[in-house]
Amino acid sequence: MSSDLLSQITASLVDGDPDVTVTVTKQALAAGIEPLAIIDGGLVPGMRLVGEKFSCGEYFLPNLIVAANGMKQAMQLLEPELRARQQTLKSPGTVVIGTVAGDIHEIGKSLVATMLAANGFEVHDLGVDVPIAKFVGTVREVGANLVGLSSLLTTTMVIQKKVIEALENAGLRGQVKVMVGGAPVSKKWAEEIGADGYAEDAVDAVNLARQLAHS
Amino acid sequence: MRPKLTILSDTMVNQIITEAMELLRDPGVRVHNEDALTLLAQAEATIDRENGVARIPEAIVRKALETAPSEFHLYDLGGRPAVHYGGDSVQFDPGSAALAILDSRTQEQRVPVTADFVRFVKLVEMLPQIDAQSTAMICGDVPAEIGDLYRLYLALNFMRKPVITGAFRKDTWWTMREMLAAVAGGSAALAEKPIAVFDVCPSPPLLWSDLTCQNLIDCARNSIPAELVSMPLAGATAPVTLAAAVIQHAAESLSGVTIGQLAKPGSPIVWGGSPAAFDMREGTTPMGDVATWLIDCAYTQVGKALKLPTHAYLGMSDAKIVDAQCGLESAGGTMLAALAGVNMVSGAGMLDFESCQSFEKLVLDAEIIGMAKRLICGIEAREEPIALTLMRKLGHRADYLGETHTLKWFSKELYLPSETIDRGSLDAWKRKGSKSALQRASERVDSLVAKYQQPPFSSELCAEIRAITKAAAHKFGMEHLPPLTGSER
Repeated sequence: MSSDLLSQITASLVDGDPDVTVTVTKQALAAGIEPLAIIDGGLVPGMRLVGEKFSCGEYFLPNLIVAANGMKQAMQLLEPELRARQQTLKSPGTVVIGTVAGDIHEIGKSLVATMLAANGFEVHDLGVDVPIAKFVGTVREVGANLVGLSSLLTTTMVIQKKVIEALENAGLRGQVKVMVGGAPVSKKWAEEIGADGYAEDAVDAVNLARQLAHS
Repeated sequence: MRPKLTILSDTMVNQIITEAMELLRDPGVRVHNEDALTLLAQAEATIDRENGVARIPEAIVRKALETAPSEFHLYDLGGRPAVHYGGDSVQFDPGSAALAILDSRTQEQRVPVTADFVRFVKLVEMLPQIDAQSTAMICGDVPAEIGDLYRLYLALNFMRKPVITGAFRKDTWWTMREMLAAVAGGSAALAEKPIAVFDVCPSPPLLWSDLTCQNLIDCARNSIPAELVSMPLAGATAPVTLAAAVIQHAAESLSGVTIGQLAKPGSPIVWGGSPAAFDMREGTTPMGDVATWLIDCAYTQVGKALKLPTHAYLGMSDAKIVDAQCGLESAGGTMLAALAGVNMVSGAGMLDFESCQSFEKLVLDAEIIGMAKRLICGIEAREEPIALTLMRKLGHRADYLGETHTLKWFSKELYLPSETIDRGSLDAWKRKGSKSALQRASERVDSLVAKYQQPPFSSELCAEIRAITKAAAHKFGMEHLPPLTGSER
């Protein structure tokens, strides 16, 4: 039954079984279930449950990421199907994210990128040690409406401010909302440099991104 | 490999046992109990009835060591083995017989009442790190004469875990036994599957009082495990050199094992204690002194050499409030106890030496215990090869967080603390109210107690132990028992 396959997909995300997610997604497609239904009825509920369990302390980061990876792999199967039907996912936003120049820390940034992708955002992860110009160029190129800047060193935090300035100089500041993150970063710092938001953890980042994309 | 702490060389252990045996010969042990003196006389110890001293030859002690079991289990009220005394099993129970409770609201000491101990029992049930209950405090709303049995009565109503307890009188021991037998389904069932251990304490140096000796003998004859709690005070009631204090502990404990086995060979007995190194400025008995911890770990090693189950009072603090001293002393003692392989570690929740219990400290101690248990699990290979396959798969990518290997192993590799332990960012901590460990612990006490659900307990059984307790209370002038705080069946 189709609802059975969809609940199996949900369970596979909650149980952290990405192989099962992929297998059952294929089965669901073969059974004629529409890609959008698979996403809305199987994948999204799974990711939401995982996020809730994380927020209440039952689940931990590995649960989150393994689920997000499962979602990502399933989406790779579903995207061609959507295109073939001339359907698109209503994406909450397009994000350009990276760790600023001079900084090679990536765990938190990759976590946020994965979670955003798992929640339907179009994510352009520029990696680490990203030059300011690259942020600006990619924003222009993909028409992003969100920028995520990560910095884990007090010495590179200031580059976040420089990226914002560069976006202003390029006339792109009005097009995007800028989120900042990283261990030494704080709400106070975000306000000080004129960023639009700061999130505590990856789940918070998704909520913040949704809020900012709407405003 | 299991991380372990070794304090004494084998040579030292042997010398300790040798000197302890010598002490039992000369000056011998004072025994103020008729029954014990008779048992010892029958075994051909030299008895000085006038002074109440028994000089015990080594052969008798060695025989006792042969029949004393090297392990036994305690069972929960569902009949399942829940605690293993023996080998290097490490389990924890709260400190027992506190005279005061640290009030949750005021953080000041006061006399505990029924509601406090009931709340405490529920809290212990909700803390998975704590393996057994104890009759942790003496309730002030009942006559002192039934102080021991009343707390057992309360505990039996709300607990599922086994309980470490003790009697304050000879007659109340029997009342407590009656209650335990009722709950276990009869004396035979209780002997087969014990649900309680009784602490019995010699007095330093080298004295068995009438009361505690009688308790020991009654436990042995009824196959109820007796936990010897010898408490040399180095520099005051025992020599100040730690090695000598351990010898006194060994002598007292060997005499206890002997008396117990003479009463009934094969009865379960525990090599336990609550020693301290006397504080030379304040004249107090510091539980947080590292010398105290050394005595505990050293005598535990001696007990293991004698193939006996072990116990120690560790994990307490001399602080009067739940502050930094409280934390550091509790953590130090708890970690060492785990590394020393003490089978039952008593002390969680206890501060102000051994006189006060605290709900909040209990919750914090539970976290230390969780860490200690994780510590002694050490580091395992987990997979073969340990790292090569996985690390070659990832190459130079730092993507371990999303690996199914991480998901599979993280909860086994890590001790995952509750929110009592703050590991958030500074911002997160501020957003949550900039709370101290004490404040977070206080919230956790409330939330755990709120989630407690009383295990099934037949109304007949409930009525039976209430009747037993009521009869005992009546003997000492109390007509009606205090209510069981709204959980009356």
